[in-house]
Amino acid sequence: MSDMHVHPEVVTSHEVHSDEHHVHHHKETFITKYIFSQDHKTIGKQFLITGIVWAIVGGFFSVLFRLQLGYPNETFPILETLFGKWGAGGHITPEFYYALVTMHGTILVFFVLTAGLSGTFANLLIPLQIGARDMASPFLNMLSYWFFFLASCVMVSSFFISTGPAAGGWTVYPPLSALGQASQGSKLGMDLWIVSMALFVVSSLLGGLNYISTILNMRTKGMSMTRLPLTIWALFFTAVLGVLSFPVLFSGLILLLFDRNLGTSFYLSDIVVAGQVLPNEGGSAILFQHLFWFLGHPEVYIILLPAMGMVSEVLSINSRKPIFGYMAMLGSLFAIAILAFLVWAHHMFVTGLNPFLGSVFVLLTLLIAVPSAIKVFNWLTTLWRGNIRFTPAMLFAIGFVSLFISGGLTGIFLGNSTIDIHLHDTVFVVAHFHIVMGVASMFGMFAGVYHWFPKMFGRFLNNTLGYVHFWITLAGAYLIFWPMHYEGLAGVPRRYMDKSSWVSFNQFTELNKFVTVVAMIVFAAQLLFVFNFFYSIFKGRKVRSQNPWGANTLEWTTPVRPGHGNWEGEIPEVHRWPYDYGKDGRDFIPQTEAVGANESKH
Amino acid sequence: MQAFFIVAILLLAFLIIFQIAKASEYVAVLRGEDKVRKQTNKINGFMLLSFLVLGLVGVFYCNEQLKGRILGTPASDHGVLIDRMLYITIAITFIVFLITQVLLFWFSYKYQESDNRKAFYYPHNNKLELIWTVIPAITLTVLVGFGLFYWFGITGNAPKNAMEVEIVGSQFKWEFRYPGHDGPDGKGVFGKKYYKEIDEGKMNPLGQLWDDPANYDDIYVSGEAMHLVVNKPVKLIIGAKDVIHDVGLVHFRMKMDAVPGTPTTMWFTPTKTSKQMIEETKNPDFVYEISCDQMCGTGHTGMRGTIIVETQEEFDAWMATKKPQYLVANPGKDTKAAPQDTSVVKPVAAIIK
Repeated sequence: MSDMHVHPEVVTSHEVHSDEHHVHHHKETFITKYIFSQDHKTIGKQFLITGIVWAIVGGFFSVLFRLQLGYPNETFPILETLFGKWGAGGHITPEFYYALVTMHGTILVFFVLTAGLSGTFANLLIPLQIGARDMASPFLNMLSYWFFFLASCVMVSSFFISTGPAAGGWTVYPPLSALGQASQGSKLGMDLWIVSMALFVVSSLLGGLNYISTILNMRTKGMSMTRLPLTIWALFFTAVLGVLSFPVLFSGLILLLFDRNLGTSFYLSDIVVAGQVLPNEGGSAILFQHLFWFLGHPEVYIILLPAMGMVSEVLSINSRKPIFGYMAMLGSLFAIAILAFLVWAHHMFVTGLNPFLGSVFVLLTLLIAVPSAIKVFNWLTTLWRGNIRFTPAMLFAIGFVSLFISGGLTGIFLGNSTIDIHLHDTVFVVAHFHIVMGVASMFGMFAGVYHWFPKMFGRFLNNTLGYVHFWITLAGAYLIFWPMHYEGLAGVPRRYMDKSSWVSFNQFTELNKFVTVVAMIVFAAQLLFVFNFFYSIFKGRKVRSQNPWGANTLEWTTPVRPGHGNWEGEIPEVHRWPYDYGKDGRDFIPQTEAVGANESKH
Repeated sequence: MQAFFIVAILLLAFLIIFQIAKASEYVAVLRGEDKVRKQTNKINGFMLLSFLVLGLVGVFYCNEQLKGRILGTPASDHGVLIDRMLYITIAITFIVFLITQVLLFWFSYKYQESDNRKAFYYPHNNKLELIWTVIPAITLTVLVGFGLFYWFGITGNAPKNAMEVEIVGSQFKWEFRYPGHDGPDGKGVFGKKYYKEIDEGKMNPLGQLWDDPANYDDIYVSGEAMHLVVNKPVKLIIGAKDVIHDVGLVHFRMKMDAVPGTPTTMWFTPTKTSKQMIEETKNPDFVYEISCDQMCGTGHTGMRGTIIVETQEEFDAWMATKKPQYLVANPGKDTKAAPQDTSVVKPVAAIIK
């Protein structure tokens, strides 16, 4: 076995980054080609498929706890059949409910929308769109995936221990997450959660450093930074955000691990839990929240920026028009990346934070709405007077803009500390971030998958299934999350599994049922997509032309099914920006075409 | 059996959708892919416009259905400000929402692919960029201005005449303490406490230090509602014993975390008695509720407390029925009961560093 991984030919053949004619003739085994592959395209697919598997798991968890929220008093014997003591008597036990909520958050935020989204598209698109044969370090790139895989295995293992996985919410605030006496989920499950996340951070750093160095150093001739497609810029800022913020989470989690197992008091002070007086004094529970949100807020943009980048690209291509305001788009990405680090405490307005400090964070938080507004208006202007083709990717891109507007505007409520006093930790927050970060980024991801699937597998996804998937998902997303804002305005707290005993919060029984039903339908529609995805890999309509969408960027100059190294022969030279659509009466002008003598300037 | 049918129906629906999808692909090939593509394009363009119209109708319908079940009138002075800020924000964001969503879907519909149109090459316009940088910036400045003005009022110092109540959260209950009347101007002073003294068995659930005289008249309340006086500012001193909790007072629109080891405070003035609220909401079961708004463990959902807002007289009458915890924990000190030797109380001041 061992000679398969460290085959000398495999290593050397990937170190060639020159523009010389380069075709791979070495023999590839199944393992080097599909498992321990160092080809960025294969690694991208590995991230995508792992992400899809995680998305099904995470989505299924949400269906389970929606069942509890919609029908708190009914029994579902199947739950006991499937989950044993966790579904005792056909009811979701509180331990199970909180484990489900926690895992849904962790899985979707980190494993699906971080690894599955930027892991997939950074790997696939960076070398292809900048004109490189592979990443700066294909080996570290491979490790990045396998650390993610390891992190996944550790997280999955925590589902099968007797005390269950972590159950203190995806934000794992101590002391709840630090004290095994305080919750079942804070026992072994929490240690596994920390170990898994530590491995995940390693994966993310390996990937991020690779993306940054590849983009900075390995662009093909003529590809100046301002000729990069916006996807690449977005992925670049995403990688920078990750490299700067994930280590802070890592240190925060290590301190938590120490508090849990070594008797330190970083986050613990003055605690009497389950009748037991703990010796810890002098720690600060709020310190963890600062460390957590120093990652946690940039994380939101780590999730959102790649979606924004891909949406910009897809909107421009399918409007047959240049993206409007390329430099403004770039500037707003940059502004968002900077501001992402300066707004974290808006998650902590009601923790007893100094009100003056809070006011600074209000200002910076609402400031971030300005670059967001610029992006929205630029997208709208890109559509204006276009000649729009509604491919499934394009529809998802339009859906993204719609959701980003809706969810972004409710951010103005929550970023304003005065209103946040009332809305903090209510269902309003759930509605807000699911629309703007969850569903919107998911739409960005779908846009990317539908658009680049032909490049990944040399086949098309089925269009009709794509349209059905889009319309159910868009309508469903609004039907689920729009009415939730009203529950939030009524002050219904998050993470309540049954509101019937509350006088102030029990007026939404019918609504909760409705939301549950819609959530199940939307989940079923996602399975339709999953089916389409795997079916089309093998049976989809074959791509016959090299450039099926009529796009300008470099990935469409490669063969329909590019091998490792991407281009047969020399890497093409770039002569122009990637958005010359509809210029001088021509439908599109690829980046590789030299600027003509009589061409108009923009 | 029911589950089986649901699964069977789902599978069948999947199969049908898949067959249609597969067939449509063949039809496309037969009839000419370009022609079919253009037809589907028209359908999707129309769908986008319909989605906009139906969506806006839905927004209106949803509001009609649910607007009566949210907010209600705020029951505190701060609540009035917070609601005002909320309505200003709703108004502004809804206008922006309408404009941008209408443009998005209208442009998509209007500029759908047509053989008669060529896309307009329009890469940038700095004047436009400036307009939509400056206008949002000004709007947001207004919102920040209002917001911070209210924020500093709400989070500023409590008025001098505010009554103080301590509220302590633990899995999964709320406990309260009133400071009595031992201060210089008749206001109470809370006695010191230390968490290692917490011992329910010794009738000291908050860890009060019995050698601090300020503790002698502090009233401990649990298992019943917190009582507050209408139109009298109240400052809550918030603590937690085990994990982070949060004092959520939905009708007063107030919220503050309860953090073990780090006391927090918030103040407000209740402006309506519980009886007034019962009349106003026409709900005989109405009660001010304290919800825990920070995930605190398996019993989070049930971590409920209640508040009764009443007149000063009613409050005083209620308070008169209470006995300081000092006397409960040290029955020997209760002069009204059997007098005993005073040396029973163990000095614990040495513990405080």
